[in-house]
Amino acid sequence: MKGQGILKGLGVTLKHLIDTYLEDIKAGKDRYYTEEGVRQRMTSDTKGIFTVNYPEERLPLAEAFRFVPFLVYDEEDGEQIVRCTACGICSKVCPSQCIWITRAEDPETGKPLKTPAEFAIDIDLCMNCGYCAEYCPFDAIKMDHDFELAGYERMEANIHLKDRLLKPASYYAEIRPLNYALEQKAKAELAERKAARRAKVD
Amino acid sequence: MIEQTAEINKIDQSIINRFPDWVREDQREGYEGLLVEAAHLIPFMEVLRDEFGYDSLTSVTGVDYLPEEKMEVVYHLYKSTGGSILVVKVQVPRSSPVVPSLVGLYPGAAFQEREAWDLLGIRFEGHPNLKRILMWEGFEGHPLRKDWVEAFFEGEFKPYEDRWPEGKVSKVEADKPYGKNINYPEGFNPETWIPDAKELLFQGTVSLKTEDDDPGLETEQLVVNLGPQHPSTHGVFRMVAKLEGETVVDLEPVMGYLHRNHEKIGERNTFSMNMPYTDRLDYFCSMSNNFGYALSVEKLLGEKYQPPERAQYIRVIMAELTRILNHFMAIGFFLNDLGAYFTPALYAIKERELILDIFEAVSGSRMMCNYFRFGGVVRDLPEGIEEHIRKMVYERLPRQIDEMDRYLVENEIVVSRCQGVGVLTPEQAIAYSAAGPVLRASGVPYDIRRADPYGIYDRFDFDVAVRYHGDVYDRFLIKYDEVRQSIRILQQAIDGLPEGEILANKPAYKFRMPKGESYGRVEGPKGELGFYIVSDGTDNPWRYHVRAPSFINLTGLREMSLGEKIADLVAILGSIDIVLGEVDR
Repeated sequence: MKGQGILKGLGVTLKHLIDTYLEDIKAGKDRYYTEEGVRQRMTSDTKGIFTVNYPEERLPLAEAFRFVPFLVYDEEDGEQIVRCTACGICSKVCPSQCIWITRAEDPETGKPLKTPAEFAIDIDLCMNCGYCAEYCPFDAIKMDHDFELAGYERMEANIHLKDRLLKPASYYAEIRPLNYALEQKAKAELAERKAARRAKVD
Repeated sequence: MIEQTAEINKIDQSIINRFPDWVREDQREGYEGLLVEAAHLIPFMEVLRDEFGYDSLTSVTGVDYLPEEKMEVVYHLYKSTGGSILVVKVQVPRSSPVVPSLVGLYPGAAFQEREAWDLLGIRFEGHPNLKRILMWEGFEGHPLRKDWVEAFFEGEFKPYEDRWPEGKVSKVEADKPYGKNINYPEGFNPETWIPDAKELLFQGTVSLKTEDDDPGLETEQLVVNLGPQHPSTHGVFRMVAKLEGETVVDLEPVMGYLHRNHEKIGERNTFSMNMPYTDRLDYFCSMSNNFGYALSVEKLLGEKYQPPERAQYIRVIMAELTRILNHFMAIGFFLNDLGAYFTPALYAIKERELILDIFEAVSGSRMMCNYFRFGGVVRDLPEGIEEHIRKMVYERLPRQIDEMDRYLVENEIVVSRCQGVGVLTPEQAIAYSAAGPVLRASGVPYDIRRADPYGIYDRFDFDVAVRYHGDVYDRFLIKYDEVRQSIRILQQAIDGLPEGEILANKPAYKFRMPKGESYGRVEGPKGELGFYIVSDGTDNPWRYHVRAPSFINLTGLREMSLGEKIADLVAILGSIDIVLGEVDR
């Protein structure tokens, strides 16, 4: 019969429509504007309305999610200890060459110090590939989760300097708990091994 | 594998024996294939096609060997019955690079030869329409030549030296203001320039008939520009169609609006820097793009960098998920083109989003995945994702593809709009170097995963999807078939996923590549995606070429469209499934 195919197709859209209301009745108020509601929409048996009302609702970010990088500092006795040693690997591996590093110098001897005097990332160029964080041997540069960086001006606002880039290790632990725990474990093991070796020498 | 290689060498030898005076083996370190004199190219290729069965010319490109003052044209051929690639090269002096055109033998060379002329300045004698294809007429020079520098030139090779240790941040456009850094060809004034074919392109209703041998009613031909700004072109793309009434009598695709010279960027980059750039070719299928590039670089790097078992499985899982999401999108947006505005597309996007959730969890990004590394993948699957993939491939995706099937396939409007429209016969499909779903919908069961397996595809049980009519409807249906086959592969892959390492030997951030060339190809969702790389033994590729399936599939667009109605052009273009990021590169 002519028209059967169209009717079958309309049946599918009708099913989607009915599913939406059934889901709403089943889940009640919890379906919208709650975290579990949003999570339910990400499961493999989701039905009904699928869209997320950003910014009131937000998809939870995966831990691996990456956006423009930031620099990590540790806090000891209220002092900032920047992890970066200005070795320059991140700026050399960067595909879009968006990282500029000025290595600090000892004001008296003029010898290079293992810390950056200035660190700049042009986020217009940054393509969020994550190579800097991947290749950094000191866990000093990490990819951020903050993706809401819209602004009114680009020449200055979109060049992030050291002040803006520096974030505490506690922030890093908050956005990437699993990675942070792994790194801390590896560091503790390394320190233990060093201590053991030293004990042997003594 | 060893037997296969031996057989191929034997064929090589028999070709050389047949033409001892014209052909010799390429004996440079790390190179393969045959070198042919330019004067003998056409008769040689004719025999290769008709007697040896190399009926598909898949890739044509050039390499500028500046130190040797030579230009080389590289042809990659395969047999549509299966087997690996044969490489044929022609060397000509750089001062007058003239090579006979192969368009007469392989019409599929038409766009690629134009591209080689445009970007490298190699003149193909006998090409019917040798003009620029990606750059515009007011462009000075041939950008892929090694002595050409771009407008915002910063340095020959990355990493640039001013970044460290005394990096002073600045915007390159502040140092090199736009306008002062641009050259035009001699005698070219962009203010007064009018495109040559103005009467064709801009004047609308103009009588174009030169000889009126039609005894009937006097009619005028009309030129219609579809695009470049038009939702049906899926980006910025233009079709110049010449119409007789409503019937298309001639058509020319115009492209290059999104051109950024990916290949030149690639030659400035180091090898590993190119990986995130490949994401941006076909931005729906970044995982497949990564796969192709990783394969071709691993070929150059050698045995030591073969990925471990687990990484091989993860690669297959990601590549097949990419195919599924691409085909869902292709089905959805194809219905958009037919006029079923956005309801089917949104159902398709829903499935895509669920797959993108997987990509975000494993790679950190939904679209620009940058997930593959030379020798494996960058990150292991996080906890819970394996279960999610399992549920998707065993429950949701089979259900949803069946629903999409019920929803659209028998729809009378879809059927009557698509059946018998835009036909490409098997012979034409091979001749026009079509690849992927376009080739297989025309009745040629050629799938690289089966014909020339890469990775671990030889372990999986699946059928090569094929349809026989070569019309728009079959190109639409074959996407369903391929999704179903991909689901089969995924089920086997997720069940067989072993534990273990994911990255064998990660190269350091900078490494020396062994000298040589390699061509790695994968069956991307849109067709054969190939990466041709030449290394001169430094950190940066000497030549980096992308064989882009959507670009080359467009070569057959004119053939499919001739004699069809203007309203069907949109459907025909939609059925080829192009992404402009890849067409224009």
